[in-house]
Amino acid sequence: MSATIKLKYRNKEYEVPAGMTVRDAIKKVGLQPETILAVVDGKLLTDDLVLREGMIVKLVAVISGGAPTPTLPHPTEPRGLGKGERRGS
Amino acid sequence: MKCRKCSETAIINMRQHKLALCQEHFLEWMPEQTQRFIEKYKMFDHADKILVAVSGGKDSLSLWDILRRLGYQADGLYIGLGIEGGIGYSDESRRLSEHFAAEHGLKLNVVEVESTYGATIPELAVISNRGHGKPCSVCGLSKRYIMNRAAHDGDYTVLATGHNLDDEAAVLMQNTLNWAGSYLVRQAPVLEASRPGLARKVKPLCRFYEREMAAYAIVRGIEYIYDECPHAVGSTTIYYKEVLNQMEEKRPGAKLQFYLSFLQAKEQGLFALKAADAELHPCEKCGQPTSAPGECSFCRMWDKVREVKGARLPAEAGLVQIES
Repeated sequence: MSATIKLKYRNKEYEVPAGMTVRDAIKKVGLQPETILAVVDGKLLTDDLVLREGMIVKLVAVISGGAPTPTLPHPTEPRGLGKGERRGS
Repeated sequence: MKCRKCSETAIINMRQHKLALCQEHFLEWMPEQTQRFIEKYKMFDHADKILVAVSGGKDSLSLWDILRRLGYQADGLYIGLGIEGGIGYSDESRRLSEHFAAEHGLKLNVVEVESTYGATIPELAVISNRGHGKPCSVCGLSKRYIMNRAAHDGDYTVLATGHNLDDEAAVLMQNTLNWAGSYLVRQAPVLEASRPGLARKVKPLCRFYEREMAAYAIVRGIEYIYDECPHAVGSTTIYYKEVLNQMEEKRPGAKLQFYLSFLQAKEQGLFALKAADAELHPCEKCGQPTSAPGECSFCRMWDKVREVKGARLPAEAGLVQIES
């Protein structure tokens, strides 16, 4: 099994391959990089940072008045969806 | 990526400025820039008594934080809207505003719409039948009225709001697409108190991207309400913000240029206020300035509520003040 990174956005979790940049990982899950901040252990990450195996990255929406919805939910992974919750809802 | 100033690891890259900064230098840069904007647009000085409209969100709490760090006399105003939205939205936003005030020894004025005027904002939207089933229209009208009145009654010389560049650019785009000239002419970092009873309004964060404001709140450790108003989800403003961010993605600085070019065009006289637009007079009922003949929109709205709920008139209601 290939190395992965866990991304947490709101109450959803995604996995992307290790070795991607923060910017590419955000795009991979269908979010706009301009509207998201990536945080690991309370520290902000710049978009060019390459994600390493085992990292757990919290994605924070920056737009006031509602979080953006992922336009293209990751095809392989959305996990941990709550009861009755739809993908990308 | 390294910090431009010290070569430590950067925590933010502001592509529109080609500027990456570490935590320490980002936390220095934000107040420095705010001070620069305050001076550039002649917003206020240290002799002014400032009222900061706080919602418990990242922008308004960060603004309050920056102003106190810059040594300004800034009290807060929290308006309780009575919005529950399944997440206890108003209760939580009040708690966070009070927490921030208490933590830093700041004075917070609180106005609860329901206890002051007789109905919550969602109730008001239903009863007044304004806003096509959404409370955003009555909410905006009520907040503008209460902010203006609180600033006036509390003898504040200026009212500061936490509008960031994304807020301003989204409104600008909407008004431009609709060629809403009377709104375009009024959009500015400073709205002068051009009539008696009208508070001077300023937007010290109007040149910061929303991304920078969220980053500031996070690295400064400000606890803010992450869930914004449940009624704003799917709003037109959010749509325009997303469109603008798609442009920004391809062309860093597009949002900033859009807004700054607009301000420059205004300075060069591209827009002019029609004489009829500028006419304001006191409301017959509450005395607040209004462009409508007779009663202001706020009083007319509450007249309808009074018919249904027997609510108090706005002119009779006082402001509830809490000192922390």
